[in-house]
Amino acid sequence: MLNILRARIRQGHRTVAYPRGEPILPDRFRGCPHREAGLCKTGCKACAEVCPTDCIRRTGRDGWQLDLGRCLFCGACAQACTAGALTFTREYRMAARTRNALQLDRDSLPPVEALRGAMQNIFGRSLKLRQVSAGGCNACEADINVLGTVVYDLGRFGIQFVASPRHADGLLITGPVTRAMELALKKTWAAVPEPRLVIAVGACAIAGGPYCDHPETLNGAGALVPVDLFVPGCPPHPLTILDGLLRLLGRLKRP
Amino acid sequence: MNGAAQPLIFYPGAPVRFDRLPRVPVADFRETVIRDVAQGARLAALFGLETPAAEIELVAILAHAERGVLAALTTRPGAVYPALTPDCPQAQGFEREVAEQWGVLPQGHPWLKPLRFHPPFGKRSAVWPPTPAEPSRPGVTDFFQMTGEEIHEVAVGPVHAGIIEPGHFRFQCHGEQVFHLEIALGYQHRGIERALIGGPTKRSIHFMETLAGDTTIGHTTAYAQVLEALGAGAVPSRAQALRAIALELERLANHVGDLGALAGDVGFLPTASFNGRIRGDFLNLTALLCGNRFGRGLIRPGGVAFDLDAARAKELRQRLAQAGRDTRSAVDLLWCTPSVMGRFEQTGTLTPEDCRGLGLVGPVARACGLERDVRYEFPFGVYCFEQIPVSTWTSGDVFARAYVRWLEIQRSLDFILAQLDALPEGPIAGTVGALMPEALVISLTEGWRGEIVHVAVTDAQGRFLRYKVVDPSFHNWMGLALAMRRQPISDFPLCNKSFNLSYCGHDL
Repeated sequence: MLNILRARIRQGHRTVAYPRGEPILPDRFRGCPHREAGLCKTGCKACAEVCPTDCIRRTGRDGWQLDLGRCLFCGACAQACTAGALTFTREYRMAARTRNALQLDRDSLPPVEALRGAMQNIFGRSLKLRQVSAGGCNACEADINVLGTVVYDLGRFGIQFVASPRHADGLLITGPVTRAMELALKKTWAAVPEPRLVIAVGACAIAGGPYCDHPETLNGAGALVPVDLFVPGCPPHPLTILDGLLRLLGRLKRP
Repeated sequence: MNGAAQPLIFYPGAPVRFDRLPRVPVADFRETVIRDVAQGARLAALFGLETPAAEIELVAILAHAERGVLAALTTRPGAVYPALTPDCPQAQGFEREVAEQWGVLPQGHPWLKPLRFHPPFGKRSAVWPPTPAEPSRPGVTDFFQMTGEEIHEVAVGPVHAGIIEPGHFRFQCHGEQVFHLEIALGYQHRGIERALIGGPTKRSIHFMETLAGDTTIGHTTAYAQVLEALGAGAVPSRAQALRAIALELERLANHVGDLGALAGDVGFLPTASFNGRIRGDFLNLTALLCGNRFGRGLIRPGGVAFDLDAARAKELRQRLAQAGRDTRSAVDLLWCTPSVMGRFEQTGTLTPEDCRGLGLVGPVARACGLERDVRYEFPFGVYCFEQIPVSTWTSGDVFARAYVRWLEIQRSLDFILAQLDALPEGPIAGTVGALMPEALVISLTEGWRGEIVHVAVTDAQGRFLRYKVVDPSFHNWMGLALAMRRQPISDFPLCNKSFNLSYCGHDL
């Protein structure tokens, strides 16, 4: 008993200051990509050519579009850009309410709109989620698990992961949705009482990630169920997931 | 043993011309593999490939750990061949895989079922053709069943109660006691090996990074070693050291997390809570190195993509030492808490004989007293010069699997600190040339779950004719099934966690 108390004192208080204080991210963290249009060379397709998931498109003469939902944040595009027009910022706030909002052809992403009306009343202060991994590689899953540790202490926001879909207000889906998980995912979704939410976490769950267009997968959760929140990343940083969840619930007042 | 052949002897990381592999009749192939395994070799891989002439060829890779060499031979089995499994149990998963991937029937396999429920890769028709009425899918299959008074069956999954990957477990129970557990996987199948044929492409390395996401460094290093061997690439020593640091950080994060999860499964919340946090501290050290907590983007063919400058090395050392002290304080509680030890000891015991027979690897094998560790048996990279002592325990139970992890945590901490003290100067990336055509190469690494085997066979243009991945979980799932025999079913979560195997690493 004394040993346990000694260890407890030693380990100290370790919950992050976020959301009150500033989040701490590694200096090499690759967040939202940014293209400096002025530096981008006309007709150069180097970034698009090296992208492993073909998430970058050059449109027209000078147009440029990056699908953040497919991006693996590998940094190959920025490395290929000899003009230095393409960089990865340390912006971790990248979640979006619609698939379209993840098309990055402007300076910043539109902010996540909070749930409204009855949905806000029902879920705003208490959200129970059932997690379904459908081909996830255990990196997204690991960083969702992390939200439950003392570091992020998800419970303080009234968000909790539950064991049964019948106890849940929604699903949090990871993985490209393999064909083998199609039936299980459909059944799990059907078992969640309405109104229900669906949150797709990671490049795989949004659009198939590195496995997009593999016949073994369905290119993400959207193929089977309507998605209310998309969280990009491979895997998304825990703060990116937390930020998305809090904004969806209207719990984050800061920009 | 008249028909036994002489396999080609070679080393990991050294490519050999594919046509140098002895191509023997299937009876000789069988006898050689069975003989060598009986004499102590381990079947590191057994896989099929389709030759340019559309024939199926089986390749066996035997690991002779005591000599530090590999042995390989091939055969063309035709449509049906006598299965090896009845005489060589460690072939069981491989032969199910061969049947599913290439439509070749291992006759006499005692439990021939699909592993991943997908159509064959090659031109041959499927051993289990799906019908429109009954599409082939995991879980919809025959399971081993017991009958008798008070025998009942428990089915769990694919969707589990926690935040984990999907799989299906079918228990045959008598009251609380489990007589048999059958594990049905395949839910995570994403088509990695199929998509690798004809590669490498710009996606290949991302398959490796996400093959088993918690083993990004282990698998990506194995892949990089394949390309470096085939492309005559020289990896600078500084890059080798950084790879090893990343590999040990990956081991630390996962082992610390596992010990916390084991504590959680026996209701001992202090260590569960502390370790959940400390695991993140180790992941953040990988992010300090490359910006990503799982090491995505760090390992690239030829070297590494991020350097460790002096200031960063200093920070890494300080934070690592702190996380190490925190780990000791949290983990020591386990060993001095009788309620924890009472649940860990003599739960889910595996015998060394079963371990050897099934060819189990990693901490699971080391917890049965087997000195099985690629870093020691087939050293690669920095491990050729800097050895890490092999950590073993002999009791084979949950306690042993937990304690081996704790021993390895301490060795990995010491190793990283030593590497940081003696980090070689120089560049962090070398060049990799065109891949050698019509060659076979094997690359081995010791991931935190155990031996990772990557085998590449190239075609005349130097593209992958076949790329075979063996994640340690591929062997070890059967170990979990055996460990559950005669156990109360309520101990399944604890036993499962003590193995903590990869679903996607198995399903590919």
